[in-house]
Amino acid sequence: MNYLNSVKIAYRALFKNKTRSFLTMLGIIIGVGSVITMLAIGQGSSDSIKAEISQLGTNVIIVFPTAQQRGGVRSEAGTTQDLTEDHVTEIIAGCPSVRYATPVVYSTGQIIAGGQNWRTQIIGVYSDYLKIRNLEVELGTVYTAQDESRSGKVCLLGKTVSDNLFGEDVNPVGQTIRINRIPFKVIGVLEEKGQSMMGQDQDDMIIAPFSTVQKRIRAIDHINMIFISAVSENSIDQAIEEIDQVLRTHLKLVSGQEAPYDIRSQSEIVEMFSSTSRIMILLLASIAVISLIVGGIGIMNIMLVSVTERTREIGLRMAVGARKIDILFQFLIEAILLSVLGGIIGIIIGLISSQALSKILNWPTTVTPYSIIISFIFATAVGIFFGWYPARKAAKLHPIEALRYE
Amino acid sequence: MGNLITLRDITKIYDLGSVKVPALNEVNLEISTGEFIAIMGASGSGKSTLMNIIGCLDNPTSGEYYLDGINVDKLNSDQLANIRNKKLGFVFQSFNLLARTSALENVELPLFYNLEINSSKRKQLAQVALEMVNLSDRLDHQPNQLSGGQQQRVAIARALVNKPILLLADEPTGNLDSKTTVEIMKVLQELNQSGRTIILVTHEHDISEYAKRVVELKDGKIIKDHAMKNRRAD
Repeated sequence: MNYLNSVKIAYRALFKNKTRSFLTMLGIIIGVGSVITMLAIGQGSSDSIKAEISQLGTNVIIVFPTAQQRGGVRSEAGTTQDLTEDHVTEIIAGCPSVRYATPVVYSTGQIIAGGQNWRTQIIGVYSDYLKIRNLEVELGTVYTAQDESRSGKVCLLGKTVSDNLFGEDVNPVGQTIRINRIPFKVIGVLEEKGQSMMGQDQDDMIIAPFSTVQKRIRAIDHINMIFISAVSENSIDQAIEEIDQVLRTHLKLVSGQEAPYDIRSQSEIVEMFSSTSRIMILLLASIAVISLIVGGIGIMNIMLVSVTERTREIGLRMAVGARKIDILFQFLIEAILLSVLGGIIGIIIGLISSQALSKILNWPTTVTPYSIIISFIFATAVGIFFGWYPARKAAKLHPIEALRYE
Repeated sequence: MGNLITLRDITKIYDLGSVKVPALNEVNLEISTGEFIAIMGASGSGKSTLMNIIGCLDNPTSGEYYLDGINVDKLNSDQLANIRNKKLGFVFQSFNLLARTSALENVELPLFYNLEINSSKRKQLAQVALEMVNLSDRLDHQPNQLSGGQQQRVAIARALVNKPILLLADEPTGNLDSKTTVEIMKVLQELNQSGRTIILVTHEHDISEYAKRVVELKDGKIIKDHAMKNRRAD
């Protein structure tokens, strides 16, 4: 008996019971469809998180102060005040793998311009910050080193801030705003960046010279973090090493002593987020796999019914010369055909529903080829695994008893 | 040995665990090519068991069985399947046609299990077999579109499609009315006239009268073996 014939026989048998075959396949269809959709959602969200983090800038390294610890009591992260502008100067001078570095101080304040007011975040940084984060000035100019050294009261507005204080399509360059009652001159507006995937408005901020924000607004000596960019992607690890060396020397840390800061590269931050999304993907995929297994049990159930129902047919086939292996193949191929057809339909449905989710609900979805291949292989394996027992049962029948079966 | 079939001391005992049921007790039988032989007996006489052994559907417990010069009593199930496929044809009481399958495809069935025959040859042989039973105008009909007699003729065509050396008919008219019975028995007689060896299993004397020779079984033993004198009209 050749295999093409077996497939034909199996196909005919399935086609004779269209409704039943379809309902049996439904389990596999839903299983494969959900595996593909779930993986697409997982992959899509992880992709968008990665894209988001890459918006931080190119080859970015961030130095955070860690939690303060006093006599065993730990405060929240960022409470140590050990990092100062001097460290940034040291890093720029002592790390050949670092291209730009800037201290960062954050403040929030009520901004007033004419009759309007708006509450937003003020970021105090060197103008190199724009280069590190790939920010562009749309109108006006960036502040100069002179503004920096004199703590000049100048600022750059994010698009949202500009729109809210001055109205849309109004050029605010040259106007004066008050940040916590201190007058600042607007010298530029940043190019619009839009909303981040996490729903944060990236244009709702003001950038001002570091010394101005630190001294005039916050009146502190320490800094909140250091933003650094490495010379190239390959030199990130080298740069981290150098930064760590410089900071440890400068802070006079003995070897083995815990540093009051954390150095994170962009790829580490990506890693941090993707490990969370990986857990989510695993969770989603395992639910889908369970539904595939349930689908497989459905196939086994129907195949067992089918073997019982067609006992006389099996007897007849044996009487006219079918060997045990021929009968085994016939039923095994039927089971595999059910799961493979179900798998193909499931893949199509998975593709459609992934598309629908991203179109209708705006969920980011990415269908990867490996998810299609894996779910297809898995569906076929389910067919073989759950088809084996009923097929074996059919092949073990004795021709005389099968022929007499009522 | 010019015999088509030689049975020597064939014994069959069914082992039902606690009890052993003897079905055939040292049966000796010789059948030559071209015979039309009826195996008769009441139910439980062992005629079905004899038919199953001759039909290579079952192995005897002891004894020797030669079919067409081959010793078949020691063959395994795959080898027996091959013999059934190439040398034997079966006709059953309940037709055993595949439902929702055309007459042609039903007749093709045995050839599916013969790798030497391709699909066009298969179709052609099936058509020839259906012509032999005068059903060439019913090739595409499914069993539920055919009368009982036509269904049994399809089954006979299926039994003939592999050009068997022996045709085994187990109560072929058991499910048919008297008029159709005559029709089917005529078909079998014609086949015998054209040289085919036929073994007919029945419990009805009327039916056995179509055969040339009658073997009667009782309690697993042959009690009568004689030529049919008042044979029904050919």
